[in-house]
Amino acid sequence: MTSETPQPPPGRTSYADRRKQRLDALAAASADEEGGVSLILSAWRRLRRNPVFLVGLAITVTFVVLAIIAPWLAPYDPAARPLLDDIRPQSNPVPGPEPGHPLGGDDKGRDLLSRLLVGSQQTLMVGVLATLFGLLGGVTLGTIAGAFAGWTDSLVMRIVDVMLSIPSLLLAFTIAALASSPSQWTLIIAIATVQVPIFARLLRGSMLGQRASDHVLAARSLGVKPHAIVFRHMLPNALGPVIVQATLVLAVAIIDAAALSFLGLGNPDDRRPEWGQMLGAAQPYLGQEPHLAFYPAACIIVVALGFTLMGESLREALDPKTRR
Amino acid sequence: MLRFVVRRLLQMVGVLLVLSLLVFVWLRSLPGGPVSALLGERQTEARREALEQALGLDQPLPVQYVRFMQRALQGDFGVSTQVLPGEDALDIFLSRLPATLELSFFALVIAVALGIPLGYVAARRKGTALDTTTVIFSLVGVAVPVFFTAFLLKYFFAVEWNLLPVSGRQSIGLDATRVTGLFVLDGILTREWDAAWDALKHLVLPSLALATIPFAVVFRITRASVLDVLDEDYVRTAEAKGLTARVIRGRHVLRNAMLPVVTTVGLQVGALLSGAVLTETVFSWRGVGQALAEGFLQKDYPVLQVLIMAAAAIYVLVNLLVDITYALIDPRIRTR
Amino acid sequence: MSTQRIQPAARHGEPLLAVRDLRVTFGRRGEEPFRAVDGVSFDVRPGQTVGLVGESGCGKSVTSLAIMGLLPTRGNTVEGSAVFDGEDLLSLSAPQMRDRRGADIAMIFQDPLSSLNPVIQIGRQVTEVMERHQGLSRKEAMPKAADLLERVGIPDPTARLANYPHQLSGGMRQRALIAMALACQPRLLIADEPTTALDVTIQAQILALLKELVVETGTAMVMITHDLGVVAGLCDEVNVLYGGKIVERGDRHTLFARPRHPYTVGLLNSIPRLDAPRGEALSPIPGSVADNLPWDSACAFAPRCPNALDVCVRQTPQWDGDDVVGLRCFNPMAVSR
Repeated sequence: MTSETPQPPPGRTSYADRRKQRLDALAAASADEEGGVSLILSAWRRLRRNPVFLVGLAITVTFVVLAIIAPWLAPYDPAARPLLDDIRPQSNPVPGPEPGHPLGGDDKGRDLLSRLLVGSQQTLMVGVLATLFGLLGGVTLGTIAGAFAGWTDSLVMRIVDVMLSIPSLLLAFTIAALASSPSQWTLIIAIATVQVPIFARLLRGSMLGQRASDHVLAARSLGVKPHAIVFRHMLPNALGPVIVQATLVLAVAIIDAAALSFLGLGNPDDRRPEWGQMLGAAQPYLGQEPHLAFYPAACIIVVALGFTLMGESLREALDPKTRR
Repeated sequence: MLRFVVRRLLQMVGVLLVLSLLVFVWLRSLPGGPVSALLGERQTEARREALEQALGLDQPLPVQYVRFMQRALQGDFGVSTQVLPGEDALDIFLSRLPATLELSFFALVIAVALGIPLGYVAARRKGTALDTTTVIFSLVGVAVPVFFTAFLLKYFFAVEWNLLPVSGRQSIGLDATRVTGLFVLDGILTREWDAAWDALKHLVLPSLALATIPFAVVFRITRASVLDVLDEDYVRTAEAKGLTARVIRGRHVLRNAMLPVVTTVGLQVGALLSGAVLTETVFSWRGVGQALAEGFLQKDYPVLQVLIMAAAAIYVLVNLLVDITYALIDPRIRTR
Repeated sequence: MSTQRIQPAARHGEPLLAVRDLRVTFGRRGEEPFRAVDGVSFDVRPGQTVGLVGESGCGKSVTSLAIMGLLPTRGNTVEGSAVFDGEDLLSLSAPQMRDRRGADIAMIFQDPLSSLNPVIQIGRQVTEVMERHQGLSRKEAMPKAADLLERVGIPDPTARLANYPHQLSGGMRQRALIAMALACQPRLLIADEPTTALDVTIQAQILALLKELVVETGTAMVMITHDLGVVAGLCDEVNVLYGGKIVERGDRHTLFARPRHPYTVGLLNSIPRLDAPRGEALSPIPGSVADNLPWDSACAFAPRCPNALDVCVRQTPQWDGDDVVGLRCFNPMAVSR
């Protein structure tokens, strides 16, 4: 009977710990895979027949293609005001549909369809750049923490934990409000900053999983240099869950950008339209001209849904639990 | 258990201290800073210095922080500069708090009361039309910006169909006795049923709008968690014991499935605080969120300081309560 | 101890459980239906311990879950019959089956940690089965639960009642699970790999406990295992399963002394000693279960069989024997040995 040892107690679990643990579990999901390439291949085999993923992919591809060819597709310059003469401040503040302008114009007499089309570019840019900066920051911090462990790890992770203890959108509002003059860039930076701790935690968790994996141990025992181990062996294989998170963050970034614009913390220069900004600008006309808000909102929803569907099905495909 | 609570309380104080430091440093390291915001464009060097001295802004940052903390502990966070000039910042927060509490409480109740049962049913009927529909709805729910949900609800239910009030917390001209500042509760306490009903009608749309994202998240976590638990060996053991379906559902499935849901509900308070900023603005709901939105836009630093720190404190406190609840239902944390 | 039992009486008594032509098919949407159990028949007589032995994937666990009515209903079909005490369990309604489970037939599972509810005290998990089937209140059942824990060898049982599973060691957890299974004095106990998840020394303790308890209470037992070493010490009759079919049956002594089926021989050659490391078990049989042929036109074991003939891949070997002893093989090992 003496040989039976009680189980070690589970770790401390505060809410933040569990939020962390969720991220870490997600990260660990990739650690037991042989490597990044086989992980992606096996995920793809599962995803190919998943209708949820395919719908998400179709939406995303359409959106990106539209954003690229928008300047040629848009019938008018989004900053030009061809419908200015139709505006009657008293009776008709927003020009309705007419030949050549299927969706009508906005409150400044600009062609709404053209603005929507060209707006996809800025929206895509905000989403991609915010995700990219968040990813860069998070990957840098996560790599430092995961590669060196020890006190570097502790220090980086304490900073990350404090950032995680503030509601994320509120943090984004605060950061954006700190800028003396709001612009597209303050918006992007605000959204990106909020994502840094999430990416950092994910990557660090999956790097720690890699540290203990056989191929890293093998590389180390063969005398491969530490930086080569980190960059050639650990990092590439630890990126799986980070890529999934990036897909989901693209959706969040586009929605958050709209929220910031709505509060007046976005780009005040509306010559280059962005959907969130258009939605914010449509606010005063909601009662009379709801379509001004509905079109950009519908675009945001569909695109965010596309990224979400893709991200969620990717996550499911990479989750060892559902793979059994 | 007591040690657990004390340890978590200490952790909470630590997080709040670091937060106060961060908020303080961030707010003061801006280009322009509070003086520019106060004086606007037409500032002379002399006026600027005078004001900086009056506000203690000429001192080094560490000194400023110590002073700031000293006053903060006495409840003095300074005076609003823009939102309600001259008004005490803490008073603004306290006077706005009941409105936001009432709104968030209703939103959370809606999210939990719909999310948990629907999540459970969807998991039990995985793959059926009901499951697919609710899952799609929850995915769309997360993709819609909160303020647009608020727009939609307001546009259709208030403007187009005229079923519910457009904005505000009570009808104009209604004279109700105030006890707690929670209007529905006040109406019930004073037996002014008209006032309670009126306040409730005003609450419906904003709390529905605010509830969408917490609902979607709670629903999805519940569903996933129930699916996980249904696969657990101990549920099979319970079945092997011949226990009734009711006992298995209540004692074995739901209790375990609720563990991650409890945590999630705590984390949703964060979404509620962020969402309140947007929802309160759309519905002209005079709460903390609206004050925050105005503070962000007008750069009213004393007000922002109070509100952001209070929001973070509430978030951390709620999650402390969640942790205690969690420990109460999960012996693995309580007994070790 | 088991030798004290009167073998002939046990053998010729009415079977307590008679499984006949049990077939379980897993049919997932969009996938080829898979027959996990393919016409399994065996008897369990009162007080007898019967072994179901085979590698993972041979259908032994599915067989037990099908008898207990614990297979997920969606997508699975269960055919055949499992007559327990004159009643076909497979044709009982779900509520009728609930009345049987835990009361007349109990089951012990492989992983004692995951098989116990982590948020409920051990005592409650023992009493709930008595509350359900014996109409006791929790108060009345508690002292009985303490007795049960004592009987399965848990020291300081009254204090343990208030413990949660994570506070017990692996062996203690399995003892607690056994206590739960025996709470209502079932006539049949199904043990599904009860020692696989435990350390080697504790495996022996648990097996000794099970042996002692079945003798003491006269409970019949179906022991499911991949480990012939477990069978050797415990079972009166042994059924060897391969690919969802029973390929050989015999009483323990005959089967160990004169195995006929090449698969049984392979299993016997790979019995791990108790002091050997785990996981070493079945390496002497070449190939894996994945090599299986379909039973409807061949012997599923043929690709891995050292004795395989041409006929083995062209024809299905038929069951040659009865409900006490039998073999399914075209080219069995020679009898003399």
